[in-house]
Amino acid sequence: MRSDQSLTIITRALAVISAAIVLLIVLFLLRESTPALRQLGWSRFFTDASWHPLSGQFNLTPMIVATLVTSSGAIVIAAPLGIGSAVFVNFYAPRRLAAWHRRLIELLAGIPSVVFGLWGLVVLAPIIATFGGSGQNLLTATIVLGLMVLPTVALLSDTAIAALPREWIQGAAALGMGRSAIVGWIVLPGARRGIGGGIILALTRALGETMAVLMLAGNIVEMPSSLLSPGRTLNANIALELGYASAGHRSVLFVSGLMLMLVVSVIVLFVSRREGTRRDG
Amino acid sequence: MITTENLCVSYNGRTVLRDATIEAKPGSILGLVGPSGCGKSSFLAALNRLTEIIPGASVSGRIQFDGQDIDTAFPSSVELRRHIGMIFQKPNPFAMSIRRNLELPLREHGIHDRQHLGQICESVLRDVGLWDEVSTRLDQSALNLSGGQQQRLCIARAIAIKPQVLLMDEPCSSLDPMSAERVEQLIDSMRGQYTILIVTHNLAQARRLSDQITIFWTEDGVGRIIEQGDTETVFNETSNAIVDSYLTGRKG
Amino acid sequence: MDSGPATSRAIEVRHHWREFCVAVAVWVAATSVICVLIWILADIAIRGLAEVNFGFLIEDVQDAGRVGGIGPIILSTGLILLVCLVVAVPLSFGTAIALTERLDKESWFARNVRRSLDVLAGVPSIVFGLFGNAFFAIALGLGYSILSGGLTLACMVLPILIRTSEQAIRAVPAEYRYAAAALGMKRTTILFRVVLPVAMPALAAGVVLSIGRALAETAALIFTSGYVARTPESLLDSGRSLSVHIYDLAMNVPGGGSKAYATACVLVVLLLAINAATALLLRLAGLHNRSTTGGSL
Repeated sequence: MRSDQSLTIITRALAVISAAIVLLIVLFLLRESTPALRQLGWSRFFTDASWHPLSGQFNLTPMIVATLVTSSGAIVIAAPLGIGSAVFVNFYAPRRLAAWHRRLIELLAGIPSVVFGLWGLVVLAPIIATFGGSGQNLLTATIVLGLMVLPTVALLSDTAIAALPREWIQGAAALGMGRSAIVGWIVLPGARRGIGGGIILALTRALGETMAVLMLAGNIVEMPSSLLSPGRTLNANIALELGYASAGHRSVLFVSGLMLMLVVSVIVLFVSRREGTRRDG
Repeated sequence: MITTENLCVSYNGRTVLRDATIEAKPGSILGLVGPSGCGKSSFLAALNRLTEIIPGASVSGRIQFDGQDIDTAFPSSVELRRHIGMIFQKPNPFAMSIRRNLELPLREHGIHDRQHLGQICESVLRDVGLWDEVSTRLDQSALNLSGGQQQRLCIARAIAIKPQVLLMDEPCSSLDPMSAERVEQLIDSMRGQYTILIVTHNLAQARRLSDQITIFWTEDGVGRIIEQGDTETVFNETSNAIVDSYLTGRKG
Repeated sequence: MDSGPATSRAIEVRHHWREFCVAVAVWVAATSVICVLIWILADIAIRGLAEVNFGFLIEDVQDAGRVGGIGPIILSTGLILLVCLVVAVPLSFGTAIALTERLDKESWFARNVRRSLDVLAGVPSIVFGLFGNAFFAIALGLGYSILSGGLTLACMVLPILIRTSEQAIRAVPAEYRYAAAALGMKRTTILFRVVLPVAMPALAAGVVLSIGRALAETAALIFTSGYVARTPESLLDSGRSLSVHIYDLAMNVPGGGSKAYATACVLVVLLLAINAATALLLRLAGLHNRSTTGGSL
């Protein structure tokens, strides 16, 4: 039938456009980074003396380190709290409280990163400053980042735990295992795949976050010596410098964007492949 | 060994079982039969307080263990379930090795000595007739076993912690006929060592296995007990018309 | 058990102790998360509400935002959202229809579309900013404009909008389709007359959810729709969104803190309303958030 056929064609065309956006993004990142990659090559981003783009020094290492430190630190904060939340709603909370807890976690997930940044800047930074410094440092950024990605861990762990066969839990209870033993020996190992997926997804969120870190980390380009030293992440660097960057400098910023994009895509593809195999097997 | 008085179970305010009064004698097998949805499984779950983890379930009435109220006999559900084991309709081994399935509850109950653990594992696997089949692959996943083997493993796991009572919720119904027969023989051989309460849909099985029998029936969606007594007596000379037509396959 | 009563008692005590510790740890984790959320919301409300009044919502931005209101900012934000939705909604609905075409098994086509959308969902927002700047603002010559910003956001919300639309369409009972097909209706008619109307509340929930995402976004907008705080005269003018305004006031304008809080307050209230609207629409669609198991062991 004519209209059926055209519907298929139109919707498929729209689907192709949607799918092609990712390719378009990669294409433009590559196009804009080509000049820098051609002139400088990959190694100079790690071997240059420092980050002084105006005098042709393009060492990205301190920013890569700051990105990794804040992201992994955020996971260290978010994972136990998020998993704890998920265990809470499934096994410890009274029913009504569990429903409310889930709703509030979803609310936390919806708070914009600038608002987290503002709160961190005005409320948290002065508290951290009592340990020394201005309070705008990697620690403050890491804590806020941890709070931001926590809902991802909590919601995905919750889903994974709720999907466990009820027979396992009843079976364990019927064997006289206590609540904490059931959680520790049966639930968490059984849901480890889903929980792991949540943590990895949270890591990509943390790696991709710009605003809160930009507002809180202090933004000084130097190799961090401790959590209390200020730092600048790759994302923050792009946000700070793209506005005035000229040709070569701009191209290097796109290289750092390309790095972020590649790291995150590889992680996402890895997770989706892993979930694909689970669905098949 | 286990007696109940006027036990009622309800879910979210809706009563599914009313006034169930039974007595299970030590070392005997008590069969619980009746059409689906008449509260047999709920009754079983109430006995080891598994109803606690079923959302919305509530239980009233008295349950006594060895002449003592279970609430006073056992301070916690964990303690209670150590004395009253349960076998489910669908075999539910944990997704771990055979050995670990058996060791986990034992460790939980304070046995950590490796040698001792090994001895218990071997003896319970021998008890359920699984030792010769799995002794060479104790460290493989329990999920690789056949349905019947899984169910026998679950029984081994339950008896490893030496309960006095075993609750069985249609333990053969999800198995193929051969495995079901194996498991039935196993249950038969456990007579005298454990007090067993077994729910079954299979009347022939109930007749073969049980010493006493209790028949549940549904009226207006609420289950209750309509007949009980020694199995042969009930099968041969019941005076209840519903029971008679149920047992002879004309009803239910 | 083999062990005598004394050791059994010891095990009992140890169990109680362990149960207690784990329970405390879980409660502490859960409560602290909620306390932080309340802390943030209360902070925004207390510092922000004092500054918010009707005038604040409609007045012009003056003295870099220290004085005046956020009238133009709200207008720009609305226009950016409008552009975003006008592009993203048809694209998403079309894609979702294509993805749900075959209900039984996933085709090669659908699998790859979905995989590329998964990657798109993971793209960091600053990378969207880079892309939007290079593609919409420079390559297409749209400059720093509301159009550039809206189109960039459209790319960004696409994965979530497609996923929710797909779920909405899949949630329509297959019997409806069978019944309609048995009446000899064409696929197109079934889709537009039967499936989409039933799926409408859930589709709307997805749209509202995407608006929430777009409203919360900052990094992708700084280098696409730009900083200009004047009232935009056309879609080709630069316009500053609420979130960019908060960032600018907090970081670049000394003494802008109180207005930043006021703007944050407006933004959070909008997002709370959106959150409630999504929940309501999902309830209308019969797609409750998964039943709340909860409870005890």
